[in-house]
Amino acid sequence: MAAKIRIENVSYFYGDRPALCNVTLDIPANAITVLLGPAGGGKTTLLRLINRLNDLLEGTRLLGRILLDGQDIYAPEVDVTALRRRVGMVFALPLPLPGTVRENVTYGPRLAGIRDRARLDALVERCLRQAALWDEVRDRLDEPASALSGGQQQRLCIARSLALNPEVLLLDEPTSGLDPISTGKVERTLMELKRDYTIVIVPHSVQQAARLADFAAFFLMGELIEARPGNEFFTNPRDRRTEDYITGRFG
Amino acid sequence: MNRYLQEKVGFAVLGLAALVVVLPILVVVGVIVVRGAAGISWEFLTGMPRQGMKAGGILPAIVGTLLLTLGTALVAIPIGVGGAIYLAEYARDTWTTRLIRLAIINLAGVPSVVYGLFGLGLFVLFLQFGSSILAGSLTLAIMTLPVIISAAEEALRAVPVEFRIVSASLGGSKWQGIYHIVLPQALPGIITGILLGLLRAAGETAPILFTVAAFYLPRLPTSILDETMALPYHLYVISTQVPGMPPQISYGTALVLLTIVLSLNILATLIRAYYRRRRWW
Repeated sequence: MAAKIRIENVSYFYGDRPALCNVTLDIPANAITVLLGPAGGGKTTLLRLINRLNDLLEGTRLLGRILLDGQDIYAPEVDVTALRRRVGMVFALPLPLPGTVRENVTYGPRLAGIRDRARLDALVERCLRQAALWDEVRDRLDEPASALSGGQQQRLCIARSLALNPEVLLLDEPTSGLDPISTGKVERTLMELKRDYTIVIVPHSVQQAARLADFAAFFLMGELIEARPGNEFFTNPRDRRTEDYITGRFG
Repeated sequence: MNRYLQEKVGFAVLGLAALVVVLPILVVVGVIVVRGAAGISWEFLTGMPRQGMKAGGILPAIVGTLLLTLGTALVAIPIGVGGAIYLAEYARDTWTTRLIRLAIINLAGVPSVVYGLFGLGLFVLFLQFGSSILAGSLTLAIMTLPVIISAAEEALRAVPVEFRIVSASLGGSKWQGIYHIVLPQALPGIITGILLGLLRAAGETAPILFTVAAFYLPRLPTSILDETMALPYHLYVISTQVPGMPPQISYGTALVLLTIVLSLNILATLIRAYYRRRRWW
């Protein structure tokens, strides 16, 4: 599998506190990569580094390089907004923007300068279908997004990210606030999407990780302990700490 | 005394305290409405003052106050909202921004007569605007700025930071996020702050005393460099400087001023209530 994203010797600090220690990891294209491990391990930090959302924070320091298609995304000539259009993000809590369902999906494209109504309408339908939400909201496109259920809101957030035609989709515990049925829908959506997108997800449970992972990476206190294809990772972990974690001995 | 009784007495005392706040407002409004209503007529609202202000209308004062409020709005809104956006969204926490905040807090505490003297010195004399609507509006604007900036900054900060992050994650620039998401959400709070600031400006006497207000000028202003009469100062003049003033004229003037100020206030309340119901988060 070709590496879409290459993380090279990345260390990251919030002030003096290290969050990632010398992490090197290849993330394959058109596959689901899960980042798992106990809280505080640096998974979310790594996710946010990949589309430079951590730029919004002050007092942080990054060492090493992150390459997207071989290009250093922290190079000075990189246009951050263009990067974020290529690398979409879905957050742990569904965070619909103020406005209607339709406005949420078209927000990114409109900022990117797309004004044509017919094109936006087509985009809304395509993205909502991809996120397995279209049938539930096709008659409610102009209702406030906040009126949707939590599971619907989260799929709306996925649709919103897809509307930018990203190459990579980052998801930070996207189902942590959802019931099992909605979780199942989101997971099926992701399985569909991996044909066209490179997906990196921080799962909200080991079971979810096992269901989704084509490739898995285990983080502990900012260190990458083990990274391997999903079937090997879960059936035959090499590191003792990985085994302890996935068998539920600590968490 | 048992606990139950204690509680009853406590509630009664607290209720009384709340009533004491309401009572003066009711009395003030009541007295002015009752005694001023006799003075209100079409001629009073649309006519020029005559016979040394003891007869005729107060149109120039009404127009003057409306023009001054408008002028204040034109100057104070862009600067105030712009400053608030800078402070809430862009400014880092440095000693300069701390200094700016300190200045704003202190500006809010400066007595209004000091603004009047400042306006006289800077706008009327140094910049040679003369006693004019321009000088008066600028003086009132400076007095209003801290109110608008504080309210607008607070309203902007009340918008959850997550919206800004989501907007950025969807390829929005910082300004796009502010313009499309944060500002619309903060707008009710900002508008309320603007109206509260403006109604304070509309009712003040001291800042316009030396910068614009005419004692007796029975014609409408024709340019922003004209002097004009204004309701608060007119009220002061006819209440204290003119012997033998018919009381219905004084109370009528007070009623008109109160109506303008209270309607701005009610408008602010309505806007706030309307948007609170349709808040998205």
